[in-house]
Amino acid sequence: MQVTFWGTRGSLPSPLNARTVRSKLVNALVKGSGKNLDTPEKAEAFCEQELSFAEAGTFGGNTSCVQVDTGGPDYLICDLGSGAREFSLSALGKHGPAKPQTYHILVSHVHWDHIMGFPFFVPAFIPGNKIKIYSCHAKFEQAIRGQSHEPCFPVEFTSLASSIEFITLQPETEYEIAGAKVTGKLQLHGNDSYGYRIEKDGKTVVYTTDAEYKTGDRGAMERAAAFFHDADLIIFDAMYSFAESISVKEDWGHSSNILGVEISQMAKAKKLVLFHHEPVNNDDRIQSILGETIRFEEITRTGDPLAIVAAYDGLKIDL
Amino acid sequence: MSCSETNLGNAVVIKASGRIDLTTAESFKDSILAALAAAKTSLIIDLSGVEYISSAGLRSLMTGFKASKGQNKTFAVAALQPLVLEIFTISRFNLVFPVFETLRKAVESLDPDALPAFDAS
Repeated sequence: MQVTFWGTRGSLPSPLNARTVRSKLVNALVKGSGKNLDTPEKAEAFCEQELSFAEAGTFGGNTSCVQVDTGGPDYLICDLGSGAREFSLSALGKHGPAKPQTYHILVSHVHWDHIMGFPFFVPAFIPGNKIKIYSCHAKFEQAIRGQSHEPCFPVEFTSLASSIEFITLQPETEYEIAGAKVTGKLQLHGNDSYGYRIEKDGKTVVYTTDAEYKTGDRGAMERAAAFFHDADLIIFDAMYSFAESISVKEDWGHSSNILGVEISQMAKAKKLVLFHHEPVNNDDRIQSILGETIRFEEITRTGDPLAIVAAYDGLKIDL
Repeated sequence: MSCSETNLGNAVVIKASGRIDLTTAESFKDSILAALAAAKTSLIIDLSGVEYISSAGLRSLMTGFKASKGQNKTFAVAALQPLVLEIFTISRFNLVFPVFETLRKAVESLDPDALPAFDAS
């Protein structure tokens, strides 16, 4: 399997602004002063070797959309945040509009940041494409149809030319979707959300965003670890600091890097992806949180190491 | 994990020792809440004997801190081992309530009248 992150930000799109880009440029120019960077290759090597990811790039600002390539001809993506637009343009660029494709879409829940990309999901406008939207959430069809409707959007859902099907899933039940085994699980979040465990050819990805895991509740921690068990990749809602998540932002429906590590360790998972980044966190902050989380894993490790990365728009992970 | 309690002027000091994790956090919380009820004005948690604290243990501290605000009492932790201090920093617990380098500094800040008794002990 290969997992591609098209949108990784929580709550709302958070693009870089001119001041931030300028600040990155100034920092890079100062660090590169006196060095021979007179070719693109030398400059690229300098960025790669001497600048941090946050200095040389950005974690991105699109909201949740993650593609899981299961090796078959059909597409499988999780959520329809603003990253879904870029995914759809990439898919169209690969095949061209004249060659219809089938898109399987798992929806965690219907808060706006997880469905806002669908009105701009270009394959939906093209005849011949098949779009199958799945969710355990009771209102996913209502919400997705409803946002493509006047006065919020000028193109009515009913006018979309592709074939669109809504398929309700039952939680804790295994389905075959895009050639993979998919199981949903209810998560603690306002108006409910669902995580999905996706298994194919002995590899497992767990997509668990907009989920508030409660430490101190041993049963809940163990149930979460059971859902994550032996996963190769856990895409985890690490929006808040742990202190925030059990104080001022308790019951806001999100988790922390700390719990991501602890539950992943309980589950004997292999890699944890920090996901659904807090919009107020800039690139430096996310980079710092990643470093701290790697350190936390080191000092709490009791078994095999857990690899940790911070998701960014454009990240690809091969399993 | 074990906890011992000492009365010191208007404050109560709990000295915790061992590992505070999912299996011991509930007992730790109970000790904190009992000591808080006994304290006249302040509760200080001496963590010098704690070698590790998990999120469950941190939640116990948060429960105690929230209860202290409800009872209009002050709350602090002191004397963290380097690894525990690191966990506090990563989890941002260092921003939630006062964290003192030593127990003496905590007593001096929360209950200065008890400092002579502390120094004499």
